Amino acid sequence: MHRTGELYGQYKTLEQQKETASLGMWVFLVQEILFFGGIFLAYTINRHQYPTAFGISGNMLDLNLGFANTVVLIASSFTMAMAVWSAQTSKKQWVALFLILTLLLGGVFLGVKVVEYKQKFDHHLIPGHSFDITYCSRMPAATCGLTETDHTKEKNEVDEGIKLEGGETALNAHAQLYFSLYFGMTGLHALHMVIGAGLLLWLIVEARKGRYDENYNTPVENVGLYWHFVDIVWIFLFPLLYLINRHLA
Amino acid sequence: MSGEIRVSENTHHVVSPRLYAVILGALLLGTFLTVQAAKIDLGRWNIVLAMLIATIKMSLVILFFMHGKYSPKRTQLVIIAGFFWLAIMLGLTMADYTTRHPEPSRTANPPAIEIHRA
Repeated sequence: MHRTGELYGQYKTLEQQKETASLGMWVFLVQEILFFGGIFLAYTINRHQYPTAFGISGNMLDLNLGFANTVVLIASSFTMAMAVWSAQTSKKQWVALFLILTLLLGGVFLGVKVVEYKQKFDHHLIPGHSFDITYCSRMPAATCGLTETDHTKEKNEVDEGIKLEGGETALNAHAQLYFSLYFGMTGLHALHMVIGAGLLLWLIVEARKGRYDENYNTPVENVGLYWHFVDIVWIFLFPLLYLINRHLA
Repeated sequence: MSGEIRVSENTHHVVSPRLYAVILGALLLGTFLTVQAAKIDLGRWNIVLAMLIATIKMSLVILFFMHGKYSPKRTQLVIIAGFFWLAIMLGLTMADYTTRHPEPSRTANPPAIEIHRA
């Protein structure tokens, strides 16, 4: 990426140069759409195949944390958009401020994700040898921090699931498919966030030198596009992973 | 083609903070609505409604936060083409998976190999 905002020889105007950078970023994002699209497809096919196991598994995610994280990520998209606006209008000290806010909100998102992953670990929901979808329903309600009502609901759901799937082994097998996809999808999303955080750090350092203004802000805009894209992925992950079968809970 | 050299690259549309705030509000409202809607039993329409709200939220992000509405036509074409290809991938694959016969039992869940032999 050119870092000065000077006109390079192969372009006629700065506008053309900037549009080229923007177009290139979009081509990259289209590739990302198809990359995530393939994983969403794998999820859809498996959900279609094993609706019972996927429904029960999805209801074991923490809805409050998922909702809070969605709000945090949307807010970070807003601060990112404001960083771009600050650059476009040459409010140089605001650029760094909004970028730092975006980075902080991204950090909160990843922190909440860590708490959620830890919860799944404690609840025996990591695919592998000790996976046990019935763990929380077999243990006393307090073990998984459930209220008595929620605990009873979960127990009924799991019992129903064992019946529908034709045994505990089958339910556990298909629930592991769900959680493999859950960790794969949220993990890849989180990896994108970590990369985004690295890009934000770089932008913050540059912005503090007063590099970005109305004449040159391509890096801020393009990292902004990337950040918004990561937000969009979560906008779909949240309902698909957390919400679909809530009405049955 | 007049050979004119612009001194600034700032010829792009600048979206006002007020509009950004409105979009932020709409996105938060959508998030709230999708959680509330998920708690109501709409049968198979739960997933449809959830995806509809997510698609609207995505459109708002692309059009305004990502300046899709103000981008050159060429860039807009790339965006639309991306979703067109995504639709092909999702649509044709699901058309295949949902219409294979004999339809494998949803409850008995035979091993995957059985499905492909059909």
